[in-house]
Amino acid sequence: MTFDCEKHILITGFGGQGIIMAGDILGKAATIYDGKNATMTQNYGPEARGGSCASQVIISTEDILFPSVYEPQVLVCMSQEGYTKNIKSLKKNGTFIWDEDLVKAKKHDPSWKTYHIPATRFAEELGNTMMANIVMLGFVAAVEDLVQIDALREAVLDSVPANTKENNAKAFDRGREYGEAILKGRAKQEKSRDRA
Amino acid sequence: MAGKAVMTGTYFMNGDHACCEGALAVGCRFFAGYPITPATEIAERMSRRLPECGGIYIQMEDELASIAAVLGASWGGVKSMTSTSGPGFSLMMENIGLGICTETPCVVCNVQRAGPSTGLPTLVAQGDMMQARWGSHGHYEVIALAPSSPQEMFDFTIRAFNLSEQYRLPVIIMADEVIGHMNERVVIPREEEITITGRRKPTVPPDMFKPYQADPDGVAPMASCGEGYRIHVTGLTHDERGYPVMDAATQENMTDRLIRKIRGNKDKIIRTDNAYLDDADIVVTAYGISARSAKHAVREARSKGIRAGLIKLETVWPFPEDLIRTLAPSLKALIMPEINAGQMVLELERCAGGACPVELVSHLGGGLIHPAAILDAVMAAHKGKKKKKKEA
Repeated sequence: MTFDCEKHILITGFGGQGIIMAGDILGKAATIYDGKNATMTQNYGPEARGGSCASQVIISTEDILFPSVYEPQVLVCMSQEGYTKNIKSLKKNGTFIWDEDLVKAKKHDPSWKTYHIPATRFAEELGNTMMANIVMLGFVAAVEDLVQIDALREAVLDSVPANTKENNAKAFDRGREYGEAILKGRAKQEKSRDRA
Repeated sequence: MAGKAVMTGTYFMNGDHACCEGALAVGCRFFAGYPITPATEIAERMSRRLPECGGIYIQMEDELASIAAVLGASWGGVKSMTSTSGPGFSLMMENIGLGICTETPCVVCNVQRAGPSTGLPTLVAQGDMMQARWGSHGHYEVIALAPSSPQEMFDFTIRAFNLSEQYRLPVIIMADEVIGHMNERVVIPREEEITITGRRKPTVPPDMFKPYQADPDGVAPMASCGEGYRIHVTGLTHDERGYPVMDAATQENMTDRLIRKIRGNKDKIIRTDNAYLDDADIVVTAYGISARSAKHAVREARSKGIRAGLIKLETVWPFPEDLIRTLAPSLKALIMPEINAGQMVLELERCAGGACPVELVSHLGGGLIHPAAILDAVMAAHKGKKKKKKEA
């Protein structure tokens, strides 16, 4: 089967972390602000909070027909269970992103691009751990080409309560800057390696 | 001050919410329900949005009461609806029959999850298709629609209300967990672009009015309570005046008309979205979420040079019998994917009447049918092999 124009993203964590909301914002950014098509479907158990949950996002320039994500190209993990359950599904040459304080990651497939961030700790420093999902979104947008970063920022601000906009903007920017710094650092490393 | 009922604009919205917006846009102003996964988001949004739009939301004690209140509100003159999932749908069956018998316009949205019983509350299935058709006792006809996207949840909810008003019966929206919980682009048009069908009102003076005296198309004009017309509403077999009459002749008159008003207007009710049918020799017939997998498979088959076609059922009941009867003799196979052990495929088989083989691609719930499974069935039919039946 071909799903050529589609980008498959799986965001995992536990209920209450804003995992579904993160997927919703990502899809909204693609659909409303970036002129693409997107679907977001959710997996969760009967529990409202604390249970394992996942948000499956597909972004495409074409119609999306089959909305399930079996082999994500991008896997974001914000819980150990989310990691253990889903890490095997990540595609070759895929991107693995995780919250380094919440997930103990093991050895990776060398074809993967890997990035980690203390998203929840950053959110706590900004005053509210509930914004960890937004820090993570900023980070994901910086290190992986999914949607225009400004489109995503706009979708974040459009999705959060009015009185939390300022803080969420800070959370998003914190994740984005951290991601951009990592990319720069890696580029530098590669350059010096080239020279050597 | 009434809020905005038509939220014109483009949204990234889930199917449950789109259902609410469709209902509000077409004029629904009453909702009585009991929350149940995966339909809870409908009740939740209605509880917030209806008061904004000058409507009423009631959280009922259970599903029996929910549908009863919906029927009552409709006789009060208000467009009304409820939403539920499998377990609640089962509880609503008796009063859906009351709605059929009393010819009460209303809409019931069933966001299907896997059963039987409590089953998989948060996971998808299409297992209530025959229940929608035959779940209440006695013989009757229904109208049921099957959306396959949040946009269709919006569009089909509007159509469900229009059909219910036009033909005076509960119209059922057969959605599923994935459609209900999936976010996708939903475009809500401008208010003036939305077609609204109201119920037919009496044209005779009150003393001449008989509440169940039908026009030639089988549908009787409907007076609401308090409009000055005498009405009598009963689930007992009744005559044109609405009075119970316990004999075979009245039973025949009444049930014949309840059936005829749907069968006789089926061409106006049935809608399918067909693709590549002109030269197709293998036709996948699908509905709801499975129609998306089917479309994917048919496109893939076409790219391999196989003459596959697609019939997407927008209305599942009544079933497009004439279309299938006409097509079947020229086909190598009809294929139906559905997330149950084979329900609508029985209807497909009946309509094909043995003129071509009919194959089921089945999933028993908790997940979607992968397009590859449908493509396999298409390939097998193309090669003239009978699909290998997997033991469940």
